[in-house]
Amino acid sequence: METPISPLFIPKPHLQLLLDELRRRKYSVVGPTIDQDAIVYGDIHSVEQLPQGWTDEQAPGHYRLKRREDESWFGYVVGPHSWKKYLFPPKTTLLSAEKTESGWQFIPRSADTTKFALLGVRACELAAMRIQDQVFLDGPYQDPLYRERREQLFIIAVNCTQAASTCFCTSMKTGPRCEKGFDLALTEIDSGFLCEVGSERGREVLDAFISSARRASEGSSNDANSTNENVTSLPILDATPEQLRSAETARQQAVDQITKHMETSDLPGLLLSNLDHPRWKEVGERCLSCTNCTMVCPTCFCSSVTEVRDLNMDRVERERTWDSCFNPDFSYLGGSLVRNDTASRYRQWLTHKLDSWHAQFGTSGCVGCGRCITWCPVGIDITEEVAAIREGTLP
Amino acid sequence: MTATRPTLHENPWYTHTVRITDLIDETEGVATYHLKFTDGDAATAYEFIPGQFNMLYLPGVGESAISMSGDPARKNGWIHTVRVAGNVTKTLARLRRGDTLGLRGPFGTGWPVADLVGTDVVIVAGGLGMAPLRPLVYHLMNHREQFGKIWLILGARTSDGLLYPCEYSAWQKRDLEVILTVDRATADWNGHVGVVTQLIDRLQLPRPEQTQMVTCGPEVMMKYAAMSGHRLGIDAGRIWVSMERNMQCAAGLCGHCQLGPEFICKDGPVIRYDRIRPYLFVEQL
Ligand SMILES: Cc1cc2nc3c(=O)[nH]c(=O)nc-3n(C[C@H](O)[C@H](O)[C@H](O)COP(=O)(O)OP(=O)(O)OC[C@H]3O[C@@H](n4cnc5c(N)ncnc54)[C@H](O)[C@@H]3O)c2cc1C
Ligand code: SF4
Ligand code: SF4
Ligand code: FES
Repeated sequence: METPISPLFIPKPHLQLLLDELRRRKYSVVGPTIDQDAIVYGDIHSVEQLPQGWTDEQAPGHYRLKRREDESWFGYVVGPHSWKKYLFPPKTTLLSAEKTESGWQFIPRSADTTKFALLGVRACELAAMRIQDQVFLDGPYQDPLYRERREQLFIIAVNCTQAASTCFCTSMKTGPRCEKGFDLALTEIDSGFLCEVGSERGREVLDAFISSARRASEGSSNDANSTNENVTSLPILDATPEQLRSAETARQQAVDQITKHMETSDLPGLLLSNLDHPRWKEVGERCLSCTNCTMVCPTCFCSSVTEVRDLNMDRVERERTWDSCFNPDFSYLGGSLVRNDTASRYRQWLTHKLDSWHAQFGTSGCVGCGRCITWCPVGIDITEEVAAIREGTLP
Repeated sequence: MTATRPTLHENPWYTHTVRITDLIDETEGVATYHLKFTDGDAATAYEFIPGQFNMLYLPGVGESAISMSGDPARKNGWIHTVRVAGNVTKTLARLRRGDTLGLRGPFGTGWPVADLVGTDVVIVAGGLGMAPLRPLVYHLMNHREQFGKIWLILGARTSDGLLYPCEYSAWQKRDLEVILTVDRATADWNGHVGVVTQLIDRLQLPRPEQTQMVTCGPEVMMKYAAMSGHRLGIDAGRIWVSMERNMQCAAGLCGHCQLGPEFICKDGPVIRYDRIRPYLFVEQL
């Protein structure tokens, strides 16, 4: 069956059928859900788990869930989680070692077969994934787990229809519109979603979903007892010009709400040529070196390996966990620390993210999602730090 | 250009079992290990470029980056010279012939062997920095006619720390000038006393603009060696240093080894001095 090129309109309740279709295809569907007073990413079986009617209020060092006036399902911005936890898990076993009669044997971890379908990926998060692809796939060595999970990944992007005070994707040219890198992309309007197709895989799933929706609607109209009648009998059709206009208005609302800006014209270069700037010391006095910014950042990729062993040391696993350049031990070298104060660690983080990242990967390491600003307990704002360095720079 | 060679396996974490086939005590706390794969023993499996390193793994303890210190032309095993520093190297020092451990590699860039052809070469080593330079010395000896004059300036705290003393005379015979110095003279020593830079400063380079310097040792030593080389007319683009940073993955994936824009594990450890100089003099970078 041919799917039309122009966006389709999917009535809201049908999203469940799309989830069902993905689950039928053995995907683990993960998406936004409420846990511990935040919108985080977790397993999603039912659209009931989505943060329907909730939104997030964000500012430097501030995050709060609030009721919305409407029942939007994706009416929030981004939370403390990012999708990197699925492709680059916070903790993973790299290999194990076993003591045998003939000595140590090393057993590589077996291939990962988990297929994730991500629901609700924002434009800045698509950009973050492209950045991590470069780190984990495009260098001389690939990370095998990341590759296995990435190859199987199914991405349903959802366009932002609002922005937080911490967002600056427009400065980083990563959003708010989802333009590429997804299988399907949705824009939420009152009664449903406009759906764009971004890949062959997306088209295939969408076609199957439409057939199943059609079957369901036929089934329910034949079955007088169906409780779902009003749910599944709605047709999936090309979006009407009016629906297209509503979607455009909704997306424009996000653009209009973005107030934060980061000047990028002198990045890269600005920070690496200001390594002795007094601002580093000043921010080093405010920063707690807590690592929050690096943990919430969707592009940060640092990790460490530790030994996990049984008591008699016959079997050992090498475990990789997320690490942070804010941890003092991170730069441990021969009995001392290369970066032994917070100022030097903050400088490492910021110069890497915004400057040396360009030399390493040909792109900025920041997508402007604002997480590091929101989740910094003392409200340090990356855009202000860059501006302060620029201000104090002799031309 | 520094030279690179891909690892043995596309999975950078793939760890091979190696067995210690020989063990040579060099000096107090320093030993040279000969390691062989327990699976398949193809000579090509042991190919590396002088200056590259392996990750040696002691299960339950951890991994350490250790440079190759053997002859790249003799593909009959891995040779590593290791100094006891902390847990990993201490555990390694307790192993005996026949014991096994893990190995992955080779990783990193090597000395720029192609760029050295036709030039004079000043090799400056400090202490254990001689270990990653020995494969280069072997390479220069194996192809002696391709290179001009060669000096090896080797410094150590005391004469005990001068690595591989039995080999100097063979190197001298092949027209490589070995110049030794120690920080502190012991009773047995009647050679130079002082830092390597003093000896670099005294070199009479016949053609500085066609001379290259390669150096490995403590970071401060390399910085001063490079400054001395520069004064003699060796341009920063012809000076090569071998850097050390914390390494967890060795493959550009873990972020630990960064110095400015460089990942020391994959853009280094051997890096051209003009590339790394802007970052070498910044405190705590
Ligand atoms: C590219 C490269 C090549 C190298 N080549 C060689 C080589 O050829 N030969 C070689 O011998 N080395 C080489 N090294 C250095 C080698 O990797 C380190 O010496 C080794 O990793 C140390 O590991 P370890 O566990 O034994 O010591 P570590 O645990 O790192 O300890 C090192 C020192 O720190 C002390 N220490 C340990 N933990 C702490 C702590 N928490 N706080 C304070 N002090 C502490 C120890 O007592 C010891 O003095 C190389 C390094 C690199 C990056
Ligand atoms: S640095 Fe901050 S704003 Fe930029 S991508 Fe990371 S968390 Fe988002
Ligand atoms: S900048 Fe903020 S979030 Fe990041 S380490 Fe410092 S205090 Fe923590
Ligand atoms: S050691 Fe992991 S990135 Fe270099």
